[in-house]
Amino acid sequence: MTALAQAQIANTTAVEGDHRVKGRRITPYLLLIPGLLWLVMFFVVPMVQLAIVSIESKFPGYPGYYYLDWNVFNYANALSEFWPQLLRSFLFAGLATIMAFLIGYPLAYAMAFKAGRWRNVMMICVVAPFFTSFILRTIAWRQILADEGPIASTLNALHLLPGGHITETWVAVVAGLTYNFLPFMTLPIYSSLERVDPKVIEAGGDLYANGLTTFRRVTLPMSMPGVLAGTLMTFIPAAGDYVNADLLGSDIDTKMVGNVIESQFFRVPGGFPTAAALSFTLMAIILLMLFAYTRRFGTEELL
Amino acid sequence: MTKVRFWIADHFVMIAAILVLLYLFLPVAYTFVFSFNNYKKSNISWNPEGSPTLAHWQNPCGPPGLCDSLVMSLQVGALSTIIATVFGSMIAFALVRHKFRGRAGANLLVFLPMSTPEIVMGASLLTIFVQGYYRVGLKLGFWTIVIAHIVFCISFVVTNVKARLQSLDPRLEEAAQDLFADPRSTFWRVTFPLVLPGISAAALLAFSLSFDDFIITNFVSGDASTFPKFVYVSYLRGIPAEANVVGFSMFVIAVGLTVAGQLISNGRKAA
Repeated sequence: MTALAQAQIANTTAVEGDHRVKGRRITPYLLLIPGLLWLVMFFVVPMVQLAIVSIESKFPGYPGYYYLDWNVFNYANALSEFWPQLLRSFLFAGLATIMAFLIGYPLAYAMAFKAGRWRNVMMICVVAPFFTSFILRTIAWRQILADEGPIASTLNALHLLPGGHITETWVAVVAGLTYNFLPFMTLPIYSSLERVDPKVIEAGGDLYANGLTTFRRVTLPMSMPGVLAGTLMTFIPAAGDYVNADLLGSDIDTKMVGNVIESQFFRVPGGFPTAAALSFTLMAIILLMLFAYTRRFGTEELL
Repeated sequence: MTKVRFWIADHFVMIAAILVLLYLFLPVAYTFVFSFNNYKKSNISWNPEGSPTLAHWQNPCGPPGLCDSLVMSLQVGALSTIIATVFGSMIAFALVRHKFRGRAGANLLVFLPMSTPEIVMGASLLTIFVQGYYRVGLKLGFWTIVIAHIVFCISFVVTNVKARLQSLDPRLEEAAQDLFADPRSTFWRVTFPLVLPGISAAALLAFSLSFDDFIITNFVSGDASTFPKFVYVSYLRGIPAEANVVGFSMFVIAVGLTVAGQLISNGRKAA
């Protein structure tokens, strides 16, 4: 069945490939220029500037001024001081990604195959909480998970909560990350499941007559492009987030690298180089993971 | 037997999905309930005395700065959505419908902002704004927020419009050309209307991302404040319940408008 799925994917790409209009040579460039120019000016150039700052040193006696001396020790210093926060970011983001996959997949599946005419309404429901503001919703989670809230008080009454708290622990931070980035997991999976012909799944059912095997051998492989995109769209923002750790976590042992970058930028005088070095370390690790991912699965499927 | 099992399996997925939707809405419900709280100092725990109260709903613009920040969020959202949707759709058309040199590079340039954590993008933009672009008169505030939001919205628009374009049946455009439509009218009368649902979905997503963005906005906004930044900044002294009123109302308006749009387009299809 995997072969069939692959054949179908290969088939659709072949059709797409044949239908590029070979228009005037200049048209594609005219279409690209405004958007790409914007990305160069406000994405590429800022990243280069940040890279330069990450190897600068602060001017003694002039707070807020830096000079370029190729100080690569910024990286060593930042890492030796803040490696626990960096490690924690990847750990928390990884856990949240797994949780979001387990919660988001059934939702995406139901939207694609069971919702019928309600699928657009369900899609709106997935995006709609954005309008309440992610900060307000995170604070609501703080209330829900608080010691006197419904979950912690029930668990405490049953003596099932070691430590007695949910807020101010890593559990609350991971729960917040899972919740906040769930739509970014669900939507890509939904859009790749939506393209799957239900007849292929029926054929799997006819041949195996077992829902679970059909799912494992047919549906899941066919939704892999969406799963890959979804895991990246969840993992990357979660790894860089600092709001959940700030509002749901503690000051001691749940801070993530985002919290460090934010405070080095805004509250530590002369902290720009450290913050920039940490940003680039975070970015480099994510790009390496991405590279491994795309080597394995191809870029076109992710976009 | 298998039929019974399939029935259970079918409904199990739908039940699970509805539970997940309830989970997504649970904090929204909390926000709603606490908009009726008659709190003393901070609106974190429920005060049974005098609650529920309609006081916060009667004057949602009471707390200074709240409605200004909402207006700014709406303006930033509208502007960055329009620009990002136009730029992004143009890129999507170029990538799907044209062969050209440098395609891989263009793909990469679109893909990279999506794979950059917000904090890194915010940090880099703050750095360039305060160390470089201020020289041409660009100060941190409304316009730097719009510029930053366009950057992260473009990639999402490209991905969505691209997917829609790739799933179009090419035979429809061929049919138009067989009927002697010139490329221009084929595009505007066949291709564009078919892609429009994808473009409007992309615009909706871009607006929601812009409206809800906090991390990047916090880096590039200077003294300006959007609605999420207003909420975050007031967290330490206590968020006014009027913010809950505004947040919940925006949620209802967003759902209401999109469901109404859905009903209208369903009606058109039926007619």
